[in-house]
Amino acid sequence: MNIHTIANHLNGLGDNSETGFQFDCYPIDGDVEVLQVNIVGREEIPVFVSVTQNQILCISYLWGEDEVNQERRAEMFETMLELNIPMPLSSFAKVDDKYVVFGALSTQSSMLDVEQELSVLSDNCLEVIDEMVDYLK
Amino acid sequence: MGILNKIMTAFRGGATEVGQTIVDANSTRIFEQEIRDAEKHLTKAKRELTDVMAKEMQASREVDRIKRAVAEHEGYATQALEKGNEALALEVAEKIAQLDSELAEQQTANDSFSAHATRLKELVRKTERQLTDYQRQLSMVKTTESVQKATATITDSFASSNSKLLNAKDSLERIKARQQQVDDRMKASEALADENSDSSLQAKLAEAGIGEQKADASAVLERLKNRKG
Repeated sequence: MNIHTIANHLNGLGDNSETGFQFDCYPIDGDVEVLQVNIVGREEIPVFVSVTQNQILCISYLWGEDEVNQERRAEMFETMLELNIPMPLSSFAKVDDKYVVFGALSTQSSMLDVEQELSVLSDNCLEVIDEMVDYLK
Repeated sequence: MGILNKIMTAFRGGATEVGQTIVDANSTRIFEQEIRDAEKHLTKAKRELTDVMAKEMQASREVDRIKRAVAEHEGYATQALEKGNEALALEVAEKIAQLDSELAEQQTANDSFSAHATRLKELVRKTERQLTDYQRQLSMVKTTESVQKATATITDSFASSNSKLLNAKDSLERIKARQQQVDDRMKASEALADENSDSSLQAKLAEAGIGEQKADASAVLERLKNRKG
């Protein structure tokens, strides 16, 4: 399992995905191979996929620290902690100065698992932004 | 200090600049070395355990054999006594005494092997636990590194393509607006399809003389006449 097998699979799905989404992915060159997965219609919020020795990490950026209304920061954290368990398959995290939602899968996962993970992550992302927009500037 | 603590300390220390690794390559190497050492200890302990367990089995077989021999000789002694052959019985008794001391010796060896095996099994379990723990910690270090590098890669890619990640509000609004447009278009085409099927049905009904008819002069006259009457 590497990002190229995932990319080939998702790009090859076309209109026939199980989740009803169309995927458009391309690898980003760098120190670590990262796959940018765009879901058609939601290009503004891509999912980034990287494969490590024992897991597939799918990450979507929510917002930067600079977008957070600092007066309501603690409240935002509390909401994130409260939502962490109910939110299916994804969790909140912070990478550098960006808040993210992410999901981790075993490298033994099937392509259908990967596809489902990506679509749920994308749905979660939109819902989280919609719900938590009040904490932003 | 646990690895989680190291990672957090590094983050809080401000090692969050792009391209700066939070866990230095050196500590990764130390971990990998610790894992290799633990694996070596484990292999050694397992080999030793196999040896000791084999010896334990041997000793246990020997104990059984001697026990059987003692029982056998006790039978001989009894039989000799029954036949009144005291001298023979004594000779057998001497043999039994010798067997007894052999038995005690083997039993001690057996107990010592058992104890050793128990200690080794505990050591193997402990080393295996430690190994799993090291591997978990290494995986945390590597994941942290990988996520950092991936973030740097993503940031670089956006910087070099002159595009940037939009802020969350704008992104959501654009996605929603696009979705609304798709929905509206779908509704419009549904409405259009309905209208088309509606009007064609009306035409068919009119042709068949069913439903609302077009007003004609004679019908109007008839209606007026009726009203007057």
